[in-house]
Amino acid sequence: MSTLLRLLVFAACLVAIGPLAWHLVSSIKTSEELNRVPPTIAPEGVSLDNYVELFARRPFLRYYRNSFVVATLAALLCLLAAAPAAFALSRASTRRRSSISAGLLLMAFFPPIVYLLPLYEMVRWADLVNHPWALIGPYAALNLPFAIWFLMGYFRQIPKELGEAAALDGLTEEGFFTRMVLPLSTEALLATAVLVFIFSWNEFMFALTFMNLETSKTLTVGLSTLSGAFSVEVPWGLIAAGIVISSAPLIVLIAVFQKRIVAGLAAGALK
Amino acid sequence: MVPLTVARAARWYGFAVTLLGLVAVYPLLRTAVLTLFDFGLVNGFRARFIGIDNFVRLYADSRFWNSLVFTLMFALVTVTLEFVIGFGLALAVHSMKGASRWIRTALAIPWTTPTAVAALVWVWLLNDQFGIVNRILTDVHLIESPIAWLGSPGLAIGALIVADVWKTVPFVFLILYSGIGTIPEELYEAMAIDGGGFWAKLRYVTWPVMRDFVFVALIFRTIQAFAVFDLVYVMTGGGPGGATESISVYAYRTYMRYLEFGYGATIIISGVAALALVSSALYVLLVRRHEYSA
Repeated sequence: MSTLLRLLVFAACLVAIGPLAWHLVSSIKTSEELNRVPPTIAPEGVSLDNYVELFARRPFLRYYRNSFVVATLAALLCLLAAAPAAFALSRASTRRRSSISAGLLLMAFFPPIVYLLPLYEMVRWADLVNHPWALIGPYAALNLPFAIWFLMGYFRQIPKELGEAAALDGLTEEGFFTRMVLPLSTEALLATAVLVFIFSWNEFMFALTFMNLETSKTLTVGLSTLSGAFSVEVPWGLIAAGIVISSAPLIVLIAVFQKRIVAGLAAGALK
Repeated sequence: MVPLTVARAARWYGFAVTLLGLVAVYPLLRTAVLTLFDFGLVNGFRARFIGIDNFVRLYADSRFWNSLVFTLMFALVTVTLEFVIGFGLALAVHSMKGASRWIRTALAIPWTTPTAVAALVWVWLLNDQFGIVNRILTDVHLIESPIAWLGSPGLAIGALIVADVWKTVPFVFLILYSGIGTIPEELYEAMAIDGGGFWAKLRYVTWPVMRDFVFVALIFRTIQAFAVFDLVYVMTGGGPGGATESISVYAYRTYMRYLEFGYGATIIISGVAALALVSSALYVLLVRRHEYSA
């Protein structure tokens, strides 16, 4: 029984990793080998041509920077708005807390396309088409309900006595929040920021709509519109290399922060 | 408890409320209002109030009904598969002690892959000439010659389901795995002493604790599956012949290609209404029923 279970879990791991591993292997094949039918499995030679072309002749460095700037600023902005609200909610009456939580859940319920057109109108009105802030604002706001939940669950675990003691020592609510609660919660803040970063890095529809210049595109959009730049054949080697470089940073993040993220995902979602 | 004055509320909630108001509440209301207007390229982008005419048109629009049926089917099949596989994996990994950190990381990898990128991953894997899936299937003689998986309606729907399951089983797994972690070991030991077998443990110890986690995972997955856009847009573009067009993709085209903003809003709001029906059914089934019986 347990051997069978191990085998099944092992097989699941293979299925999980396999598709990306195949692209990693393919990305270092030569273009001659990539064009063979049927495809080879192990590469016969190693070539970094695809990566060189991606960064030297195509604007992937630019896409990378755009994704990084947008995702980082969205995560920071989201924390800045979510942390005080989550703290105030964690100390509010049960009735108010649960009604506001329900409101936040309702917000998370709507598919993102509901917001698309009015946001596009606003972006154009503010002359922000192709500007990173056209994405930063929406990403921060749309991740806000989840970030508030996540942090609220964490802040509620901070003992009430700590706040009472701080008040006796003459610390204001703001002082307690900035000097005690925030330093105590670095783990939760970091996990929230990482998740918002991942969601923003992965977003596609808004980026596709608000960013149409090559110099403004994010990685997901740049990569998925790459084959449109070729008329005859699909540049599989380039796409494979692009898949590798756009997933790699996130795999590192999830490997490092996995435990905290998972704990927070469940706790934040249930409280 | 400090009383909530306006000044205090503004200090703590002000930024969050402003951001949500501007980027979520206002757009939501505007989209809802637009359903009552004829607004788009044809009338030179001057909004004209037309009452419920958009909904009348929608009712007769077979493309809308097809996309709704596809979206519901897609959500139902993928969420069911993801739940079964994710739950099974969570139980299996939990029962294996040690080495599970690397296993969890490996299993989480597809979830971190951007959906649009995951779509590209599968487009190439399934390609009829250069794809590895065809090569493996022909090597083991399951099929005689390569198949264009994205070329026919039935297979394309299957391909989308496979890609979505690959991408999101990890999410369900991670939530349920952390749920199992909250079950005290003593409960299982007590059950073992009472002579309970695998199914008894699952039914009387694991499931009651897991129900809330399952609800969270399912509700989030249902919402996301219902909103499916990236995967369809990149993998099939809604084709072949509109067979895989989801509500979001149809609405997106209506907005951005046909430039019919009022009608696009009507498609979305009607889709959301359908989603609300499904979600409340799920809620009653999973949460309320047990509250009455408990």
